[in-house]
Amino acid sequence: MDNRQKEIDNLKDYKYGFTTDIENTRAPKGLNEDVIRFISNIKKEPQWMLDFRLKAFERFKQLKEPDWQKPKYPKIDYQDLYYYSAPKSMKDKPKNLDDLDPKLLETYKKLGIPLQEQKRLNGIAVDAVFDSVSVATTFREELTKQGIIFCPISEAIQNHPELVKKYLGSVIPVTDHFFATLNSAVFTDGSFAYIPEGVRCPMELSTYFRINASNTGQFERTLIVADKGSYVSYLEGCTAPMRDENQLHAANVELVALDDAEIKYSTVQNWYPGDKDGKGGIYNFVTKRGLCKGKNSKISWTQVETGSAITWKYPSCILKGDNSVGEFYSIAITNNHQKADTGTKMIHLGKNTKSKIISKGISAGFSDMTYRGLVDISSKATNSNNYTQCDSLLMGNKCGAHTVPYIKNKNSESNIAHEATTSKISEEQLHYCQQRGLSAEEAVGLIVNGFCKEVLQQLPMEFAVEAQKLVGISLEGSVG
Amino acid sequence: MKEQLQKDFDNTIKNLTLSQRDIEIKKFYLDNFINKGFPNRKEEDWKFSDLNQIIKKNIGELSFYSDYTSTNKVDTSVFVDGLEHNKIVFINGRIEKIDFDYEKKDQIEIIDQSETINKFNNNSSLSDLNSAFTNKSFKIVVKKGYQLTKPLIIYHTTNSKIWSKNINLRLNFELYENSSLRLIDLFRDTSEKNFLNIFYNFDLKENSILKNYKVDKFENKNIKYSFNNIEQDKNSISETFILSSGSNFCKNEINCNLNGEYSSAFVNGIFSINNNKHHEIRTIVNHLTENTKSYQLIKSVLEDSSRAVYQGKIFVNSQAQKTDGYQLSKAILLNKDSEFNAKPELEIYADDVKCSHGSASGSLNENSIFYLMSRGLNYQQSRELLINGFLLDVVEKITDPEVRNLIKNMIGIKE
Repeated sequence: MDNRQKEIDNLKDYKYGFTTDIENTRAPKGLNEDVIRFISNIKKEPQWMLDFRLKAFERFKQLKEPDWQKPKYPKIDYQDLYYYSAPKSMKDKPKNLDDLDPKLLETYKKLGIPLQEQKRLNGIAVDAVFDSVSVATTFREELTKQGIIFCPISEAIQNHPELVKKYLGSVIPVTDHFFATLNSAVFTDGSFAYIPEGVRCPMELSTYFRINASNTGQFERTLIVADKGSYVSYLEGCTAPMRDENQLHAANVELVALDDAEIKYSTVQNWYPGDKDGKGGIYNFVTKRGLCKGKNSKISWTQVETGSAITWKYPSCILKGDNSVGEFYSIAITNNHQKADTGTKMIHLGKNTKSKIISKGISAGFSDMTYRGLVDISSKATNSNNYTQCDSLLMGNKCGAHTVPYIKNKNSESNIAHEATTSKISEEQLHYCQQRGLSAEEAVGLIVNGFCKEVLQQLPMEFAVEAQKLVGISLEGSVG
Repeated sequence: MKEQLQKDFDNTIKNLTLSQRDIEIKKFYLDNFINKGFPNRKEEDWKFSDLNQIIKKNIGELSFYSDYTSTNKVDTSVFVDGLEHNKIVFINGRIEKIDFDYEKKDQIEIIDQSETINKFNNNSSLSDLNSAFTNKSFKIVVKKGYQLTKPLIIYHTTNSKIWSKNINLRLNFELYENSSLRLIDLFRDTSEKNFLNIFYNFDLKENSILKNYKVDKFENKNIKYSFNNIEQDKNSISETFILSSGSNFCKNEINCNLNGEYSSAFVNGIFSINNNKHHEIRTIVNHLTENTKSYQLIKSVLEDSSRAVYQGKIFVNSQAQKTDGYQLSKAILLNKDSEFNAKPELEIYADDVKCSHGSASGSLNENSIFYLMSRGLNYQQSRELLINGFLLDVVEKITDPEVRNLIKNMIGIKE
């Protein structure tokens, strides 16, 4: 019991809040064509990539920032941000891990991702993204043997232009919404994964995002393509230092699943949430979209959202191929002054498509949480099914929990079922646990973990343990 | 449209005896409406039903002026048989008759409010339109402790004398302590292509009971919008039932504020539509204090290429502990071209609450049809039986037996 208490005490404060003192190369402040050319140039990108960016920027200039979301935030000055920041030592990319700046290695060690040791452990292949660049990717040789490409997207643009050209922007076009378009114009790095036909990826692929520099926005782009009959499970983790100002994180994630392929995408998002009074923290405005392009394909999103001052994202599935399946499992926890507006979109286009949405929201303190989701069954999506369940748990009367589902059914042979409940932890349950010797906080932790179980089960093992702990920590101090 | 509005407005004002100040106020509302125009899909509340487009497509140019100087003949054949009732008769938007023959005269007060413009707790452009053009407006007060012995039926009748016209109606009701009122809105139209814009305000004092049944059953080519605002004091009960079926387009909005403890609101509705009809119900129930309750049940049966929309919202503020809120919408799509859209919303700021909603849509269950057919019914009969049973569930929620029977007969549901 003592150990557990110690662990909780250690974790009570945001343990990833440190900064790494490292020299940076930055793009000039502000957003204009020159900055975009600068980024493209420093990445030695081919002309088509620069054109892609400029096209997005043209479009961006005509777009207005959306304001329909529930959590409001002070206006962001897009000219007052750095759009590129990289550790100086990364200028000439190190050939292998041994050449990597020791400071970077240490940072990742502190974060619990020892890049070097991982070489030996038979675990997960990690692509570590530090501010605007990918610093290291582990396990590459082993993956290459199977024909799997897993590398920073900037490298993929150089080495596999035919793949990137074909799929980049195919799910999130440059003409999409405000933040997605901004990302298309200025994205700096991110991960690229390609699983060839018939290959079952032997290990979990993972990206670890870290924002370090101040005054920078992080815009990474992830593209995962699963070719016919392949399978991949992908993990994503994120942290940032504690800072008083709000930082913008606007990433794009595109998934493409061809015939019979399956992609499982899990996120444990733990960006710095701001302090107890709601000062600082990350604005997490991310666009995640998966396209089930082929027949019998499957995309499944699992997310545990505990960090960020404002989370505003809707990982979506476009079920285009016949018999394709989309799934969305989510736990969102907000405490103190955090705000979240999250959910999913399931767009049924193909026949016999199925989707399932399980969303669990927990809000405590002064926080505010919204589930917003769209289920759209088009007139051609015969015999499609959707099941949605969203439950919210409230702790205290200073917080809010909202559910805003949009349900559109244009097909008489398809069924949609939606259920939502909002409640608090019942006195009976608490009493029962306390009667058996648990403290109030432990009892809450137990009940909340039970509440989230359906979603936690979907996470890969290593993540599940971490996520379970995170759930407990995020709610510290919200009882009593 | 602007010149038309201005011209029609000047004509309307001419026929009214208003003070300069009131004319100014009406002008203010007119300007508001001119600025905003008819609601379109860019507004969240009209996301699924673009009224601007619908009016353009179905009516084209609207005229806002109605000549209310001459009386219309009341056609008694439209009156409901077999149920004694009080009447208010609107013909083409003009009040032709108010009679409370079955009630004690001193217990009901009818106040003509045409010359005062009362503010409406709604800032939509349709409310502005209504405020600018309503011609006569009455307030009906039910005195303390009085319970009306017979229901009140409001006949909304239009005939072929009008077309492409906008008709604005407004009524105010105040129910004093311990009083009760049963109110049926009955729509009878033989006109085409008109836009009816109806605003009701209900003020329910302690322990009062309001039952409002809106019946739009008869086939017609009009476009209707109706807004009910219900303010509820302690222990009051409101029951609203909507039968949405006859008109080409119809949107019913219910805004209910539960201001007093132990007040409760019930909203039940049926969509039974075919052809190209497009109907919507939007409800907002605001739980503003402790121990309030709300219950909503909406069922839809959609044929041909009809389209139904249900937007329901339960709002619970941070004082409203012990709230009990429930919302359920179910739809059966009978044709591949029919469409059902729903947005059941919960917005909750208190923790000790029990709130839930459910929404389901799909086809008629083939297994159930098979079961019935295996017992000797033909396909058509089985289908009808299942649909009737599906809708009966909502009709059974009507607490007043007289009205329940009336509505059952109207829909043709047999038990």
